[in-house]
Amino acid sequence: MEITEVLYNLVFDYTLRTVAMGSAILGIVSGALGVFAVLRRQSLLGDSVSHTALPGIALAFLLTGSKAPLVMIIGAAVAGWIGTLFVLHIINNTPIKADGALGMILSVFFGFGLVLLTLIQKMPNSRQAGLEKFLFGQASALMVQDVVIMAILGGLSLLLVAILWKEFKMLSFDPEYAVSLGFPTRTITIILTTILVIAVVIGLQTVGVVLMSAMIVAPASAARQWTDRLGVMVVLSGLFGALAGVSGAVISSLTAKLPTGPTIVLCISAIVVISILFAPNRGLVMRAARNYMNRQRLITDAILLDLFELGIQHHDPHYAHPSSTLKVMSITRGNIERSLHNLQEHDFVQEIGEDNWALTESGVRKAAILANRMEEKS
Amino acid sequence: MTPAQIEIQLIAAVVAVACALPGVFLILRRTAMMSDAISHAILLGIVLAFLVTEDLTSPFLIVAAAMTGLLTVLLVEILHKTRLVKEDAAIGLVFPVLFSIGVILIARFAGSVHLDTDAVLLGELAFAPFNRFVVFGVDIGPRSLYLMGGILLINLAFILLFFKELKLSTFDAGLAASLGFMPWILHYGLMSLVSVTAVGAFDAVGSILVVALMIGPPSAAYLLTERLSTMLLLSALMGMVGAISGFWIAHWADISIAGSMATMIGVIFILVYLLSPGRGLLASVRRRVRQKWEFALAMLVIHLSQHEHQPEAVNECRADHLTEHIRWNAKFAQQVVRLAKHRNLIDETDGRLNLTSNGRSLAARKVVG
Repeated sequence: MEITEVLYNLVFDYTLRTVAMGSAILGIVSGALGVFAVLRRQSLLGDSVSHTALPGIALAFLLTGSKAPLVMIIGAAVAGWIGTLFVLHIINNTPIKADGALGMILSVFFGFGLVLLTLIQKMPNSRQAGLEKFLFGQASALMVQDVVIMAILGGLSLLLVAILWKEFKMLSFDPEYAVSLGFPTRTITIILTTILVIAVVIGLQTVGVVLMSAMIVAPASAARQWTDRLGVMVVLSGLFGALAGVSGAVISSLTAKLPTGPTIVLCISAIVVISILFAPNRGLVMRAARNYMNRQRLITDAILLDLFELGIQHHDPHYAHPSSTLKVMSITRGNIERSLHNLQEHDFVQEIGEDNWALTESGVRKAAILANRMEEKS
Repeated sequence: MTPAQIEIQLIAAVVAVACALPGVFLILRRTAMMSDAISHAILLGIVLAFLVTEDLTSPFLIVAAAMTGLLTVLLVEILHKTRLVKEDAAIGLVFPVLFSIGVILIARFAGSVHLDTDAVLLGELAFAPFNRFVVFGVDIGPRSLYLMGGILLINLAFILLFFKELKLSTFDAGLAASLGFMPWILHYGLMSLVSVTAVGAFDAVGSILVVALMIGPPSAAYLLTERLSTMLLLSALMGMVGAISGFWIAHWADISIAGSMATMIGVIFILVYLLSPGRGLLASVRRRVRQKWEFALAMLVIHLSQHEHQPEAVNECRADHLTEHIRWNAKFAQQVVRLAKHRNLIDETDGRLNLTSNGRSLAARKVVG
């Protein structure tokens, strides 16, 4: 399919446009809010919230008999919120650590949700099929009204982040300092947790309970590699989330039998892998290149110093030596010849006759500087 | 009880114990969420093996799934070792990818067969007895009972054989490493157990209940004891109680067995958390209340002893003055005075509070330290 056709469909195909917009909103909101979860080492809170939301969805349906998206979202949010408070309470009041508290609450709540789902299934003419989409996500069933609600709730959450920016920042990096300044950290924690819960529940319908956690962790983890500034990280993370959401929606719409939720997750995971490999400062490739260059410089510096030492002993700074001599003196087992040629290119050494190496004028100067520096250090 | 019900309960009990044993170490080593990651990621292994063998009962499925579990652990470790992401984020990054690939493979290649994500996530214990284990034409019981029984034995054997090593590496990994015990081998051994147990349990109870059974009972046991062996026993016991009571409630109310078991485990945890003698909520509330009164009494006797035999004692040592001086409200001050009289720390004459010898010695003790 042509790229123009894809763009055309993105604008004029009702279903694709709705799904893509929903996924984009989900990506922006969960990406931006996920930053705080990841920085506060609560990455798995998203996983817990999405699972604990299930009984809320079921209860909301049991109580109201309605499957309106807002009812479902409120039910999910209340249950997710209560579950999170349980988690925080257990962490603060028992010897059980975060991992145990999260795992237990998510599995127990989810189990209870299953119980409620089977109860609903038994009800006559309940048409509970609509609830299952929350388990595994069904982006293709997104309606415009769903997207509108997602946009409103997501927009409110982002607005709250903007208003409480300073507080959230402090809580993420130095909670003790925030306490000492007299900020109501408990209240701020609860607000932050609440909007994280909202970010999770508005995505449940699109990517489902299991995969929602990835939408919290992955965009933020990718954005973290590119920047050390919180503001940039939040914006980048939202962008990555939106990019993954839209491309996942488009790719799955182009291919038969390709579920949207998992495709979005694979897209955002690809962004994570690219970021981890190629980000300019922290990226693995750049790190390896930096290490390699440092190692090379160490070897060539050592050779210059060796030649310099030999020159002093021979009372002639330009005294030439075969590479085998340098190899004996070398601290590493690196390739001496290659390093010598490298130095020759920079005009620090010259080859005098067959395999006989001497410092040039600039080589002597450079080596003298290095030797000086060594002395200063020792 | 019908034979099928007995068999289901047997399977449930065996699964509960098999999950609880490695779960204790997950809780103590703070890697509980790894069980969540593994139990989701094994879907990929099962799907891949199924696509190759086209047989849902093939033992190859279990091997492949367990390998995927280990792959999850390995990937999390690699990602964490880059120091670019924290460990919790690494877990949250790895398992959704593997799970997504699994879901996509099912949707594309296995849609028509009986292998759907519901079954993996939710399980259906009620069907377990239908899958019989037949040897030489003789039906000797449900297949998953033998499978989980075998896994339980492996878990037991591993923990009994390496009890000392596990204990050491769990509580002091540094010491274990310096003594040459190679904690990472035990780590991977343990994670292999978790993977195999999760795989074995998933078709009986589904992956979410695996997490509940692995984490819930050990968490509750952790609130009751600080001894590793006691914790193992209590976890196994509470897992069994949760599983069997969950089964009966599910039977009675006609609801999901796995869900009901997970719920019962939550109920057990809440009960333990409320009632545990040492670390329970009620115990600590009682402790705090007692501390509050003890502190108030100490304040009172110290206050009185400060002003005893002083000219201002006439004013200072009156019950109604306490509201002003120690900033207690009137009702609380009355209660403290009454309690102090009851304990024979003070007596009252014409509205004046006097220390008894008991009260005087308490004040002296408290002031010194």
